[in-house]
Amino acid sequence: MENTIVKAENYNSYFGDNHVVKDVNISIHKNEVIAVMGPSGCGKTTFLRGINRMHELIPGATSKGKILLDGENVYDMNAIYVRAKIGMVFQRPNPFPNLSIYENVVAGYLLNGIKLSKADKDAIVEKSLTSAALWKEVKDSLHKKGTFLSGGQQQRLCIARAIAMQPELILFDEPTSALDPISTSSVEALFHELKANYTLIIVTHNMQQAARVSDRTAFFYMGELVEFDDTKQMFTAPRDQRTQNYITGRFS
Amino acid sequence: MTPLENEITALKKELISMWILVQSQLNKAKEAMIQFDKDLAREVLIKEKRVNSFELKIDRDCENIFALHCPVAIDLRFLLAALKINTNLERTGDIAASIALYVVESPVNFDADILEKTSLIRMYDEAVNILMDTRTAFEKEDTVLARSIFKRDDVLDAINDSAPISIAEAIKADIKTLPEALYVLSIIRKLERVGDQSKNIAEEIIFYVEAKILKHFESGKKGKSEA
Repeated sequence: MENTIVKAENYNSYFGDNHVVKDVNISIHKNEVIAVMGPSGCGKTTFLRGINRMHELIPGATSKGKILLDGENVYDMNAIYVRAKIGMVFQRPNPFPNLSIYENVVAGYLLNGIKLSKADKDAIVEKSLTSAALWKEVKDSLHKKGTFLSGGQQQRLCIARAIAMQPELILFDEPTSALDPISTSSVEALFHELKANYTLIIVTHNMQQAARVSDRTAFFYMGELVEFDDTKQMFTAPRDQRTQNYITGRFS
Repeated sequence: MTPLENEITALKKELISMWILVQSQLNKAKEAMIQFDKDLAREVLIKEKRVNSFELKIDRDCENIFALHCPVAIDLRFLLAALKINTNLERTGDIAASIALYVVESPVNFDADILEKTSLIRMYDEAVNILMDTRTAFEKEDTVLARSIFKRDDVLDAINDSAPISIAEAIKADIKTLPEALYVLSIIRKLERVGDQSKNIAEEIIFYVEAKILKHFESGKKGKSEA
């Protein structure tokens, strides 16, 4: 499909002999918000980390099959380039503790040895923090350490850091599980705004969050993609009994 | 069972208790009508408050479950259906009370001949049976039985449609029967509504069990399982 930004074709992941993601086929469209849910150990985070080739950083971890980004297999591309094109935000906010807010935003460029003029950096910092709905709150304290911010602000700083690299896709691995409800709400509101310019894939254990923020939801169970459908369909009338059992809490 | 399953089981029991009460109200109103027993009719009017209490309690329970358990999928559909069935049952309870009120207000008893000619008793029995079968369908999650309700409601509609003619004939034969004939016509109209409420309930049962929406479908298509 023309609108497809990322597509998994018979994608499999392994930790040694342990087959954790099994033959996943999925197409994700531009500017969609996708929620990925499933019980612990179902392979959802491993699948996510396979998309931007972070899975292979773990010793003994391998994968098979294809992840196509704009039609090109990421496993045929330079891994650093892939990770720049596919940003990632983790469960716990992880701003670089020794860097200022300003430096955190442009850290991706600094770490990759890309030199930018002061004017370019200023523009990237303002634009990224504005996109992450943080600019107004920090514009007068850009040179303070990122760790001075609240948990929710730190997570939005990490989102700004991902946005600064102008990715096509941003992956979120349980991005609000360490946040309080107010910070969670501000990050969720941000998802809606980011959707205009980016495609988001969010792994979450919070089913209500999946229901609130996503257009489509994928349900993983024991490494298999059991169901992938419109979120409204999934939460009102799921097609697979395993999905229904999981979302209604009747999973044994 | 999960806490939500416990809540839903309790809610289902409560709805069934309300259903039994409403059926009993309808049966007593019928008995009061046939026997022209004003005391029994007054009992129905007093017990109508219990039906209303059930409605309020079930509404509140649904609200609490929505707020505390965030139900999804079949649980969500059950709660949405429960809210609507609750309203349908309350309205059916109102119908029983209205019939009882006619008995209390009527100065004369209902002539057996008019009851016979209008098929009122047959209609009444079928209306109660339909309501009873919707309850069975709800208890057993039996969508085949629920679908059969749509067709059976046609019997009530047919009696309702022919009522003006049979009532007019009775009045023509004896003008003195006019007041009671009008009461009988009103009761027939009310019983037709019992059929409608039961059909609405049947639609909710199918929605809850199969996630299929039959509302606003043509009556003939509703009875088919692939609707």
